[in-house]
Amino acid sequence: MSVEPAPAEPTREVAPLLSVRDLHVTYPSAGAGIPAVRGVDLDLAVGETLGLAGESGCGKSSLAGALLRLLPRGTEVTGDVLLDGENVLTMKPGRLRAVRWTHAAIVFQGALHSLNPVQRVGNQIGEAIRLHSRGVSRAAVSKRVGELLELVGLPARRARDYPHQLSGGQRQRVLIGLALACEPRLLIADEPTTALDVMVQAQVLRLLDDLQQRFGLGIIFITHDLSTLAEVCQRLAVMYAGRIVEEGPSDEVFEAPAHPYTRALAGAFPVIGDPAFRMQPAGLPGDPPDPRYLPSGCPFHPRCGAAVQVCSSTHVELWPAGPDRSAACVHAPGSPVPV
Amino acid sequence: MIGLAILVAVAAMALAAPLLADEAGLRAINTTQNPTFASPSEFGPLGTDSLGRDVMTQFIWGSRISLLVGLAATAIAVLIGSVVGIAAGFFGGWIGGILMRITEWFLVIPFLPLAIVLAAILGPSVENIIFVIGITSWPQPARLIRAQVLTLREREYVDRSRALGASNWHLMTRHILPNVSPLILANTTLTVPIVILSEATLSFLGLGDPSNASWGQMLDDAFETGAVTQEAWWYFVPPGLGIMLVVLAFTLCGTALEEVLDPRLRDKRR
Amino acid sequence: MTGAPLLEIRDLRVEYPARHGVARAVDGVNFEMRSGEIVALVGESGCGKTTLARTIVGLQRPAEGEVRFRGKPLGHDRRSLRDHRRAAQLIFQDPTGALNARQTIYEAVAEGVRIQQIPGDEEALVADALARAGLRPPERFFTRYPYEVSGGQRQRVVIAGAMVLNPSLLVADEPVSSLDASVRGEILALMLRLVRETEVGMLVVTHDLGLAWNVADRVAVMYLGRIVEEGGTEDLLTAPRHPYTRALLSVVPEAEEVERQILTGEAPDPTRIPSGCRFHPRCPLVESGEAARLGIEERCRSEDPLFVPACHAVAA
Repeated sequence: MSVEPAPAEPTREVAPLLSVRDLHVTYPSAGAGIPAVRGVDLDLAVGETLGLAGESGCGKSSLAGALLRLLPRGTEVTGDVLLDGENVLTMKPGRLRAVRWTHAAIVFQGALHSLNPVQRVGNQIGEAIRLHSRGVSRAAVSKRVGELLELVGLPARRARDYPHQLSGGQRQRVLIGLALACEPRLLIADEPTTALDVMVQAQVLRLLDDLQQRFGLGIIFITHDLSTLAEVCQRLAVMYAGRIVEEGPSDEVFEAPAHPYTRALAGAFPVIGDPAFRMQPAGLPGDPPDPRYLPSGCPFHPRCGAAVQVCSSTHVELWPAGPDRSAACVHAPGSPVPV
Repeated sequence: MIGLAILVAVAAMALAAPLLADEAGLRAINTTQNPTFASPSEFGPLGTDSLGRDVMTQFIWGSRISLLVGLAATAIAVLIGSVVGIAAGFFGGWIGGILMRITEWFLVIPFLPLAIVLAAILGPSVENIIFVIGITSWPQPARLIRAQVLTLREREYVDRSRALGASNWHLMTRHILPNVSPLILANTTLTVPIVILSEATLSFLGLGDPSNASWGQMLDDAFETGAVTQEAWWYFVPPGLGIMLVVLAFTLCGTALEEVLDPRLRDKRR
Repeated sequence: MTGAPLLEIRDLRVEYPARHGVARAVDGVNFEMRSGEIVALVGESGCGKTTLARTIVGLQRPAEGEVRFRGKPLGHDRRSLRDHRRAAQLIFQDPTGALNARQTIYEAVAEGVRIQQIPGDEEALVADALARAGLRPPERFFTRYPYEVSGGQRQRVVIAGAMVLNPSLLVADEPVSSLDASVRGEILALMLRLVRETEVGMLVVTHDLGLAWNVADRVAVMYLGRIVEEGGTEDLLTAPRHPYTRALLSVVPEAEEVERQILTGEAPDPTRIPSGCRFHPRCPLVESGEAARLGIEERCRSEDPLFVPACHAVAA
């Protein structure tokens, strides 16, 4: 397995690894359809980690699926998804199949049903390898599977196990190994540590960090756990109601959020040792909006503590909120709306 | 929907039998004047049988017996099957074990010989037919129901109810039963055709009640009295068609019901 | 907080048969709790915290040891269990699974009232419980089904269903982990309010240390069936003494200054509990040689620390 020299700092002059422009994902339904993603722009440089945070209904999983065209048939996907310059959304099926897993791969949640329960894990990883390399001998595949398992911290002999014989953390490692099978440049991790204990989560995060350093991977890390993202990612984007509502360097966004939703989300993860969080559970009233019935103006305004009159009627966009930061709020420093 | 339409038509016919055809026509003594094996063109819409009885009358009245046996025997089978299935699934352990062994015992015994023996012992009558078919058909629903109860038992709301202090009876009736009833209902509609065919089989073999003209009985009579050789198609084709249509109708309704009541569909609405 | 403890647990052992051998899910737990107190029982999966919670509310029978509620031992005959259930209620992790999808919200809350034959106007009791759980106006929710309301509201229904019995003890098993992050605060605030208003004792079982910091008065840390450390939240979470607690706190995402102590492997399964101190195979003190330097390594491998904090290094 080749080891690419990982750039010390993600360079932004080089063409980005992934470039998403005006992505819309709409699920079919009687009537107008359900808009899960409503215009998202994203850039990911080679070797960079981007965190995508949001709760149920915000569209983050739909976004992940759209990047490799893995959404159910009939889903309407518009916009551009440029992977290494090629538009995934306009690729021919043959090219798409070739690109899937070799250029970009997805790490799913390590739940029991992410892996085929009646197939040995070694075979499942081997399947990915065989799909993308013609005429590879069984011995070679076996050897590679062993290498991948060792890479993710599992003994090679575990290839003979069935998924139910592995713990949650081990299954997650298998899924990471599976994603790396064809040496992709981009890893999309969709809630990879959500169901895991905090210690196992730390192990998996450290593993991802190691792998990223070794192979110069670009990673998009999707989760609802904002605190994890602040740890692992260089940049952070927060999604709400199908749009990105805040974006910027992760430590800045986490420590000094510009958008009220980010502030509320950050507040939901108490910092141990900080007396401000003792006996003060902080949450938002109401629930994340149903994509079919979005509020007018800024979709967050019904739950927002900082909402003002104009919020219900202004079409909000990502406006500058600091150097290399943006927020979709009328209170953002760069917002043209007077408040 | 087609199934439902057919069923409604047949049920209407069965219920309206006294209005549509004169019962007297069933008694052979009243029909000595009629020509025997008359074809439909000669006498009545469906001709007559070997004893001069109007086939149409028998067809209409026969529907009653077929439907009655079908529904009654199914009711017995499903009732026993549900009780056994729910108990076996809910309690597990040795109670479940014993119940399942009994169920399997009944399953293993071939239906026909058992039915024949029982019918021979008990004598031919509609009630006995219902009884025989009922007690030989219950194992199948029992197994299906037990399987689903096993999964339902592990659901968290059952635990919650137990935490509230519910007794086993409460759990079985208020939580397990409502959630297993779609399965029971779908299974019922699929069991009825089996039962009707069983009845037809038994009657055809001569174990039915000769004094009551069910469709199976008609087929039996037809063959016994040589309707085939006489080419009196109007005698055996209608009952055969009738059975087939009703069986088809129930099956259609049953599969439709299963789709409608599938819990996955319900969950999607969330 | 009144004098006598609400809940006392002595030498509790709960076992269940597993594929190979017997799993000692709870292996000698001693614990006490008072009314009006919120205690967080923290630990990772497999530590036995859920089994302990279920045993406390009577859903599971202990193999050994005693659960005393308001001074009286918990009987396991039908009558005692039923009475106990009125006093100790469980809040489940997944509100969607915990509610029968075919029952209306009214029925779900009224169920407890009917089973326990609580005197009074049923409708008024249900309305009151729903209102106290934050579902207002309660009448609007009577005819709704669980799938028609949001996750947070469903959890409120479960809480209402438990509170309608006026329990003295509420055991909440991961009450907010399946809810969206922004919704959690509201539910936790509700639980805090209920405790302050009714003096009910609350035991929150969770793997989330941040949650413990947020709402708990005391914390008990479980590992492989034992409580290895216990104490006031502020003390325990800022100055932990047991190596396991220290390791857990070091890997919490928000912990910045502390060096990460990522333990290797996962907790061994409860059918094969290590000899001596059950934590010694993964203990950073043993691995780094610190235990040897303190001269206690032999004790860690052979002597089971039956005191709390369950660590020979601390006791030394």
